[in-house]
Amino acid sequence: MADASRSDAFVEFERVQKSYDGETLVVKDLNLTLPKGEFLTMLGPSGSGKTTCLMMLAGFETATHGDIRLGGVSINNIPPHKRGIGMVFQNYALFPHMTIAENLSFPLEVRNIGKSEREAKVRRALEMVEMGGFEGRRPAQLSGGQQQRVALARALVFEPELVLMDEPLGALDKQLREKMQFEITRLAHDLGITTVYVTHDQTEALTMSDRVAVFNDGRIQQLAPPDELYEEPQNNFVAQFIGENNTLAGTVTEITGDRALVQLDSGEVIDAKPVNVSQAGERTRVSIRPERVEFKPERLPAGAHMLTAEVQEFIYMGDTFRTRLSVAGNDDFIMKCRNAPGQQRLVPGSTVQIGWMPDDCRALDA
Amino acid sequence: MTDATFSPDEDVAKAPAKGLTTADGRPLKQALARAQSHARWRAFFLVAPLLAFILLTFVVPIGQMLHRSVYNDGFTLHEDIGSGTQTPLMTNLKTWFKDNPAGTDPDEAAFAALAADLLVLREVKAAGQAGTRINYELSGSRSMFTKAARRAKKLEPPYKEAILDLDEDWGDPMLWRVMRDATSAYTANFYLAAMDRTKDVDGNVVSVNENRQVYVKLFTRTLMLSLLITFLCFLLAYPIAHLLATLPLAKSNLLMILVLLPFWTSLLVRTTSWMVLLQSQGVVNDALVSMGLLGDENRLQMMYNQLGTIIAMTHILLPFMVLPLYSVMRPINPSYVRAARSLGATSWTAFRRIYFPQTVPGIGAGALLVFILAVGYYITPALVGGADGQLISNLIAFHMQKSLNWSLAAALAALLLGGILLLYWLYDRLVGIDNLKLG
Repeated sequence: MADASRSDAFVEFERVQKSYDGETLVVKDLNLTLPKGEFLTMLGPSGSGKTTCLMMLAGFETATHGDIRLGGVSINNIPPHKRGIGMVFQNYALFPHMTIAENLSFPLEVRNIGKSEREAKVRRALEMVEMGGFEGRRPAQLSGGQQQRVALARALVFEPELVLMDEPLGALDKQLREKMQFEITRLAHDLGITTVYVTHDQTEALTMSDRVAVFNDGRIQQLAPPDELYEEPQNNFVAQFIGENNTLAGTVTEITGDRALVQLDSGEVIDAKPVNVSQAGERTRVSIRPERVEFKPERLPAGAHMLTAEVQEFIYMGDTFRTRLSVAGNDDFIMKCRNAPGQQRLVPGSTVQIGWMPDDCRALDA
Repeated sequence: MTDATFSPDEDVAKAPAKGLTTADGRPLKQALARAQSHARWRAFFLVAPLLAFILLTFVVPIGQMLHRSVYNDGFTLHEDIGSGTQTPLMTNLKTWFKDNPAGTDPDEAAFAALAADLLVLREVKAAGQAGTRINYELSGSRSMFTKAARRAKKLEPPYKEAILDLDEDWGDPMLWRVMRDATSAYTANFYLAAMDRTKDVDGNVVSVNENRQVYVKLFTRTLMLSLLITFLCFLLAYPIAHLLATLPLAKSNLLMILVLLPFWTSLLVRTTSWMVLLQSQGVVNDALVSMGLLGDENRLQMMYNQLGTIIAMTHILLPFMVLPLYSVMRPINPSYVRAARSLGATSWTAFRRIYFPQTVPGIGAGALLVFILAVGYYITPALVGGADGQLISNLIAFHMQKSLNWSLAAALAALLLGGILLLYWLYDRLVGIDNLKLG
C-alpha cells in the first residue's frame, strides 16, 4: 500500500518544517503525497500553515528542513520560474499595465514560444474560461469574476501539470463563487491537472476536492475525502472545524471492541464509537452532528441510550428546523430536523428524550 | 399668494414649452443657478486669499519679468526719483531716425538732433542712464555719453565736426544702429543677446564674437548637468525607494526619516556641509590621505568645479526623487512579481517587464521634479560651483545684482521658463500628466 502510493506520487512533502524566525515552527513535520490528477484542498484557519506550504511548493519560501519533490525530483533548490507550476493568486495578480492577451501571452513569451503559436494558445485558453473577445481589455476594466477567469486562464495557458490556487474565490460574492467552484473543478478534471487549492472556506473544500487536508497549528490534522472528513472526523479539531458539531465532555468507563461507554460529566452514561481513546479512565469529548440527533424513540435501535433535553429555542430555517437544547450541562446542543410533512415543532421550555445511533457518536480526544 | 395655490400638474400643463419649473413656479434652471451661486461664492471667498497671494507674488512678477525682457526705456524716458517728473529722451534723434531709413549715414541734421538731445540729457542728468542702455549692446559707449553730455552746452554748429571732435567713435555706424534700435523702448535685442546673437551694422542677426559667447554654452551646461543630476538621483533613489516600499513598516519609517531629515534641513546648511566634506583640506580628502590612498600633494579637487555642483545637488535633490518613487512602489503588490516568477520569468525579467513598468509614473514625476528644480538651482552652484560649475541662474543673478542689466536677466529667465514649459508639454505628450504621481 505504502509502495503503491509512493510510485504514483506526483507531489511529495517529506518531513517538511518551516520557521520564519528560528524560534517557532509554522509548519511542523509535514508529510503529504499527492497522486497525479488529484484535486487536493488545504483547509484551515488563518495562521495554520496552509499558505506557507503552498508558497514552499511554489518556491517563494524555502523549507527550513525536509524535502519537497515534484515528479520524484527534489525541488528545494529549483527557483520558482523553473518549477513550471501554474499559480492563481488571491488578488488575481493580473499585470495592470498589460492587456488580457498580453497577460496570457507573458508565460509563453518567457518560454520563447513563437508568435502564432502564442496567439493560438492564448485564444484557446480564453475560450476555455469563456472569456473570448476580451483580449484587448485591461484587467481594471473587468469585473472580479472576469478577472478570476483570466487569472485561471493565465495559470493554465502554459499547460502546467500542477496548479496552485491561493484562496482564489475569496473576493467574489456567494453566487459567483459557487459558479466558479464548479468551473474550476470541471476544468481541473477535464484537463487532468493536479491541483493544490488553499482555502479557509470549508464548503469550498468539501464541494471541490478529491481529498482535503485539514491544517491546524502547523500540522495536517486529517487528510481524507470530503465525506469521510465530515462523517468520520479523527479528532476534536476536525470535528469542530468541519460543519456543525455538538460536543459533550466525559470520561471513558469501558471499551469493548468498537463500543465505548462514556460517563458524561453530568452523570449520564452513553454509547460512543471510540476513535482516539484507547482505555477506560481517559477523558474524552464525544461529537455528534446536529442532523444525526433524534427525538423520536421509534427511529432509534432498541436499548439506545437516551438523554433528557430541555428545549431552549426553536428556530425556523425554511428547509430545516433548528432546535437549541440543553443536554447534560451543554446549553448549545443543536438538533436539526428536516421540514418534512407532519414534522413536530418543539416548544421552548418542554422536555424531550433525545438519542442517536452509537456509530454517529464519536469519542474523540478531550 | 396665488403662487402658493399652484398645483404642479397645472403648472406643467400651462407652460410645457418653458421647461421645468419649481413648485412655486420659477424656472428650474434659474432656481438651480441661484441655489448654486451661493455655494460658488462661498467657495470663491475661501480661495480668495490664496488667489490674491498667487496673483501678487507669482503672476504679476512673472508678467513684469516677461515685460521687462522686451521693454527697456533707458534711452527713451527719464523719471526723476525725487519729483517723479517724466522727461522723454532723445526725441530729436527719434524724429531723425523716423525720417531716414536704416543704414543712412548720419548727416549734419542727425548730429544736430544728437546735440539737442545731449543737452536734455545734461539738464535732467540722464546721460549715464542713456549711455548704459547703449552700453548693453556696444560696450564702451557709456563714457562717450557722459563725456558728451558734460560738454553739451559748448557744442556749436557744425555739430558733426564738434561731436566727432569729442570722440571719433561718435561716427561709428554701429553706434548709430544701436541708437536707432534703442529709441524704441520695445526691443527683442535682449533675447538675441541671451542667445549669443546680435545685430550687425545693417541690422542682420549674427552670432557674437566667439570669446563672448557665454549664454548658449551656459544653457547647454545647465541642461546637461540637470540631466546628469536627474539621472544620478534616479540611480540612487530607485533602490532606496524600493527598500522603503518593501521593508516592514517600523523599519521603513526609520529609513524614511533618514531620507527626510536632510530634506528638512536648511539648504544652506546642507550645501556648506558639503563644502566641509569636499574641500581640499576637507573630511574626504583628509580621510583618503590618512588612509594612504592619496598623496598629500595630490589632494582631489572636488569643489569649486562641476564635480562639486553635481555631488551637492544630487544629494540635495535626492528626496524629490525618492518620495514619488516610494509612493508608486508602496502599493505595488508583491504578488505581481511572484505571479511573473511562477509564470516562468527570471527575477530580472519579472523586474523588467512587470515591476519596472508599474513604477514609470513615479520615475516620470521624480525626474520632472528634480530636473525642473535643478535647471533653476542657484545657491548650491553659487557656493560650491566655482567657475565651471555655475548654472544659468547664477548668471541671471549676476545680471540682476552686479551688471544691473535687468532686461537681459529677464530675457534669460524667460528663455529658461519657456524651455521648462516646453519640456513639460513634451512630457505631457509622451507620458501624460495624469500619469504623474507625486505622492
